[in-house]
Amino acid sequence: MLKTLRQIGRIGIITEPPPASDETLRIAGALRSHIVDILGRALCIRAIDAGSCNGCELEIHALNNPLYNIEALGIKFVASPRHADLLLVTGPVAKNMETALRRTYDATPDPKIVVAIGDCGCTGGIFGESYASRGRVSNVIPVDVAVPGCPPSPRQILSGILTAISGRGSARSSGE
Amino acid sequence: MAVQQWFDLAAEGQSGRGGIIPGAPQAVGLTVTHDDWREVAGDMAAHGGRLLALWASRDGADGHLVRAAFIADAGVLVLRLPLTESETYPGIEEWFPSANRMQRAVRDLSGLHAVAVDTRPWLRHAAWPDSFHPLIQDDAPPSPALPAVDNYAFVPVEGDGVHEIPVGPVHAGIIEPGHFRFSVVGEKVLRLEEHLGYVHKGIERRFAEFPMHEGHRLAARVSGDSAVAYSWAYAQALEGMASAHPPRRANWLRALGLELERLANHLGDLGALGNDAGFAFGLAQFSRLKEQLLRATEEALGQRYLMDFIVPGGTRVDLSSAGSASLMQSVESIMAEVGTLRAIYDEHAGLRDRFVGAGIVTPSLAAKLGLTGLAGRASGQDFDLRCDLPCEPFGDLAPRKIVRSEGDVAARVAVRFDEAAESTRLIKQLLWHLPAGLHLTALATPSEGALGVGLIEGWRGPVFLALEAGGGGMIRRCHPHDPSWQNWPVIEHAIIDNIVPDFPLINKSFNLSYSGHDL
Repeated sequence: MLKTLRQIGRIGIITEPPPASDETLRIAGALRSHIVDILGRALCIRAIDAGSCNGCELEIHALNNPLYNIEALGIKFVASPRHADLLLVTGPVAKNMETALRRTYDATPDPKIVVAIGDCGCTGGIFGESYASRGRVSNVIPVDVAVPGCPPSPRQILSGILTAISGRGSARSSGE
Repeated sequence: MAVQQWFDLAAEGQSGRGGIIPGAPQAVGLTVTHDDWREVAGDMAAHGGRLLALWASRDGADGHLVRAAFIADAGVLVLRLPLTESETYPGIEEWFPSANRMQRAVRDLSGLHAVAVDTRPWLRHAAWPDSFHPLIQDDAPPSPALPAVDNYAFVPVEGDGVHEIPVGPVHAGIIEPGHFRFSVVGEKVLRLEEHLGYVHKGIERRFAEFPMHEGHRLAARVSGDSAVAYSWAYAQALEGMASAHPPRRANWLRALGLELERLANHLGDLGALGNDAGFAFGLAQFSRLKEQLLRATEEALGQRYLMDFIVPGGTRVDLSSAGSASLMQSVESIMAEVGTLRAIYDEHAGLRDRFVGAGIVTPSLAAKLGLTGLAGRASGQDFDLRCDLPCEPFGDLAPRKIVRSEGDVAARVAVRFDEAAESTRLIKQLLWHLPAGLHLTALATPSEGALGVGLIEGWRGPVFLALEAGGGGMIRRCHPHDPSWQNWPVIEHAIIDNIVPDFPLINKSFNLSYSGHDL
């Protein structure tokens, strides 16, 4: 126990300042800033791999490390789409994952935001559209922010998430 | 027949039946009959040979063929069995259980049937029809409006108090998708059946749309966490086919990339395994160290994850002496910290209680099922390509093989700690003795019909890749094979008699690739 505590004390707090949000990543949105203000204070993210090569997953994992420390910003990852405000989707959408992705999206209560991660999420990437792949995430579910990169760095991903919940953001609701 | 005789027959290359296959060291090919196919499999199994991969290809314009690659002390033997479209081929799962899913995938992608007990589809769920074979037909099938619901025939388990727990494809954490069907009594797992293929992206068909000189980019993205291993295997195959020899410096740089990849994955896993056993401190500390390593890698070689580092002919960028010095410093400081953390892990009673005795795969079961790579070495399977069939520069570096026999989560953790230390030693050797010279050489285009293979010990295990040249510099066929194909079925055994809450821990101790498997 002592060794553990000593290590914790020795390393200390090493969290770095977060990146700025980046409006160029935004795809579209109507103004509903009051909803976003609420989400922006305590955001719950459900991450879905819809067909990724697992490179983007590694950089999303990094967001929870002590340097990026996404939880310090009031953002956490949740196990159930029922608890989520934001869906973080990686990969081109493999056809074998299409139903699961749609069900996860439908299970997420409104208001919700979708952020597509990586070149594959933005454009279908190197895999494209085929007998096995639907391509970019927006071919299957509506997307609010798309972060390119192969994989994008944790800072770029975090910038995308922060953009999605920044003052001029939007949250998607069915029927609007 | 003894295994060596098959290798001799292949090497003789009599009447066009076989010959040396360029690329990976000591690879030979042999065209066989149906009877030979089974006989080779039986002989290999009886004498400690292992199945590397099994896949289908077209044979010219109208023919078909199946190939199987085996590995033994003598090297790699790639069989070729020509078939007509309606002809079946012999199943070899009785000797190599991992062949079951490979054979089912062959049927999904090429329509060729093995004579076998389990004929359920594997990679094809419900998104395209049974009649469409992506590796044979040129046109894509008409897309259904929405994929139909897949009624996969899981094996039912009956009995008093037996419940079924379906998990996935979307899992609770930030993880790739797959389905696990548990049959449990209380918390104890009676049976686990996996259903994978959810991230099948049609990679093998996509390869045929790439020029040979660009295919490494797709190979690197079969499984992002093994980009170096895959792109090196691809480059190895292509360079062999083009009779090209990358400069020594290039191969040393490639090995540097490979060991950095191994170290990064091990650091990530050691943290995640601590977390899965409730020790969040471990995750915080190891993820910090992994971040340091990724930043050092980016500073020295240009990318956090070396997705585009290896190219045919060498490496895309060189390493400067400043980069080398800073990388050396980072790696040394990281390993000193790992030493401190290892002492904490080894002495932590709660962690030991979870790790020791969980998810056991005995050495005899591991041998029977063909458990390979890191997980294999934790269960007494003492195979490591860097030692057994080294490509340049591993012959010069003499890596230490890390083997344990307990086969539990604790053993797979210990192997990671020891391999991390060994990778650090190798990285230092590679940096100190990096040969001068060029990091890249030009490459001719192999002629149509040429075949090459690549074989690299990725961090999970052997990554095998077979490459066939088409006309006009295009790829005709590329089959990338992840060691996860051998290891996924073994988890179904490792979990038996463990409790459901230990599944994430046991699964993570293997940490297999979904995307690498699903293609």
